Amino acid sequence: MSKDNQVLEELTSKEYEHGWSTNIEADSAPKGLSEDIIRFISSKKNEPAWLLEWRLKAYRQWAKMKEPRWPNVSYPPINYQDIIYYSAPKKSPKAKSIEEVDPELIKTFERLGISLTEQKRLTGIAVDAVIDSVSVATTFKETLGELGIIFCSFGEAVQKHPELVKKYMGSVVPVSDNYFAALNSAVFTDGSFCYIPKGVRCPMELSTYFRINAANTGQFERTLIVADEGSYVSYLEGCTAPMRDENQLHAAVVEIYAMKDAQVKYSTVQNWYPGDAKGVGGIYNFVTKRGLCAGDGSKISWTQVETGSAITWKYPSCILKGDNSMGEFYSVAVTNNFQQADTGTKMIHIGKNTKSRIVSKGISAGHSQNSYRGQVHIMKRATNARNFSQCDSLLMGDKCGAHTFPYIDVENNSSKVEHEATTSKIGEDQIFYCLQRGIDEESAVALIVNGYAKEVLNQLPMEFAVEAQKLLALTLEGSVG
Amino acid sequence: MLSIKNLQAKIDDNQILKGINLEVKEGEVHAIMGPNGSGKSTLASVLAGREEFEVVEGSVQFLGKDLLAMSPEERAREGLFMAFQYPVEIPGVSTINFMKTAVNQMRAHRGQPALDAVSFLSLMKERMKLVEIDQSLLNRALNEGFSGGEKKRNEIFQMAMLEPRLAILDETDSGLDIDALRIVSNGVNKLRTKNNAVIVVTHYQRLLEYIVPDFVHVLYKGKIVKSGTKELALELEAKGYDWIKDEVAIA
Repeated sequence: MSKDNQVLEELTSKEYEHGWSTNIEADSAPKGLSEDIIRFISSKKNEPAWLLEWRLKAYRQWAKMKEPRWPNVSYPPINYQDIIYYSAPKKSPKAKSIEEVDPELIKTFERLGISLTEQKRLTGIAVDAVIDSVSVATTFKETLGELGIIFCSFGEAVQKHPELVKKYMGSVVPVSDNYFAALNSAVFTDGSFCYIPKGVRCPMELSTYFRINAANTGQFERTLIVADEGSYVSYLEGCTAPMRDENQLHAAVVEIYAMKDAQVKYSTVQNWYPGDAKGVGGIYNFVTKRGLCAGDGSKISWTQVETGSAITWKYPSCILKGDNSMGEFYSVAVTNNFQQADTGTKMIHIGKNTKSRIVSKGISAGHSQNSYRGQVHIMKRATNARNFSQCDSLLMGDKCGAHTFPYIDVENNSSKVEHEATTSKIGEDQIFYCLQRGIDEESAVALIVNGYAKEVLNQLPMEFAVEAQKLLALTLEGSVG
Repeated sequence: MLSIKNLQAKIDDNQILKGINLEVKEGEVHAIMGPNGSGKSTLASVLAGREEFEVVEGSVQFLGKDLLAMSPEERAREGLFMAFQYPVEIPGVSTINFMKTAVNQMRAHRGQPALDAVSFLSLMKERMKLVEIDQSLLNRALNEGFSGGEKKRNEIFQMAMLEPRLAILDETDSGLDIDALRIVSNGVNKLRTKNNAVIVVTHYQRLLEYIVPDFVHVLYKGKIVKSGTKELALELEAKGYDWIKDEVAIA
């Protein structure tokens, strides 16, 4: 036990790999939030009047709202006037072609293992790279354009496809949905936009890579994915940030709109800076993600691997409005040191024969707290709705906590709802068995944890699955008790 | 190969091994027998390096090195293998994946490059035959939902993959029916060479009909109280352990 704890401490003190920052000149708004700041952001982005109005409306809503205190996390009050709401790399914030992108930025992303130069890219993934507040490059646009797929930064979509943005923005996550969604709606700076036309199967993975670079900055991006009838897209999201002593706020909104028979698969590998071993610094990751299965037979699937952030507070959800629509949520949330996570999903069954599946795997180590919070709501007209939920918790050491808060509301008695939950510890017997086969303790924990999370990791696209496995191993190696 | 001198070990305040002496040479098979609670499995665990046992006295040399100074994984990499009495289950990790990790860590220890997928699979297929194990079993999560016989066969399969210099079979016969016993024993016999050695820890003589020992030792109250050849095992089978206890009492 004592040796295990020692190993745990050694390994959990492992440094965050992406903790460097790049020296890029930034164009920033002054600290603080007001209608003027919102006007500043809107004019910086050269936005149409309707969007400014939309933002201001959101701001006024937000000003009346109270920060939620129900999540099972604790942090000192956030001073919203002490945050910079807009920061953009100074040189050519949005280049027309990759050649025009600041070489420092290209280097930044290369250090992250993401090449923005198309010929160097592994085939099969188009990337939209977002640094601080703005999108700096989007790859493979032409290839996608030939199929009618729109994949660009949110700012560009506002300029070029205002009718789509206007129609769908806020249609899944209304401005007043919650405190952080309202804040985002007021101050969002960029993000990704994606539209897949009728009947088109997107031939490559679309990906957004977020990087917070500047200090004292919040990152507020929006992602909007619209999948037209019978289309299919798989979307990936990754994120990292430098190591800083202060807490940085990341309050994003992701909206997915799926029409009849459309399928959207959204995968996240979240690796924001988690803070140091004593719990100093780290990102507050307060994110609203929701998908609307608007059309019959549509399907939205969320997969997330959450390893970073000081605090994670997010519930990627599905509103199953269309008949025979389906929602899935696969999650691995890992917390270590003093990290806190309150994450889960909401499955709202409205249409007939709707199905949902929830597989949540929580892993807690160190002094961390890890909560699963989920809601399954079967509405009155959701005849024959089905839900299956499985929530497993794995504990490492004796100073961490795992909590499960499942809420089930059933208003239609033809439905079938199943909930399974387990809590386990990595057994010393399991570790010893591995050691006896010549496998060192770190690899043993990595094996066991990856085995535990396999059902979720299997949902990830190949490239991400490998990254996710490494991340799990890195975050947890040796954390046995 | 293995030289145990005056080995004493305890768990909490309970001394279980009270001075074991044992010499095992290359090419030999030693059987360790004894009544329940005599310390047989403890001896196996101490040799493999389980932490809950504390060695209070004595020394163990393995291939010229101080075994007790090594971590469990070092002992394994130096060629010590234990077939567990109760193999653990590891959900979500296939035996193939598990063995690939183990084989490659052992190879790294010996300064050999990792096996690529193709070489690993061909090695695996060859070794599978020795223990008559089916690949579908190896694709499944390690020991999860395996029958007793399947678990033990899997242990011997792993032994075949790792090619240990010294294999300790801890009550490998427990819970096996006669067919499984034959298959497991055949596997062990096929793996015997003049360079490796086997210690068979067992309660019954039955297994020793298949894996024929060169030496039989009787462990009682934490000490080896009698050593002999395979005839000793037959005698124990016929007479039980009581006469040994009586002998010890008289001495």
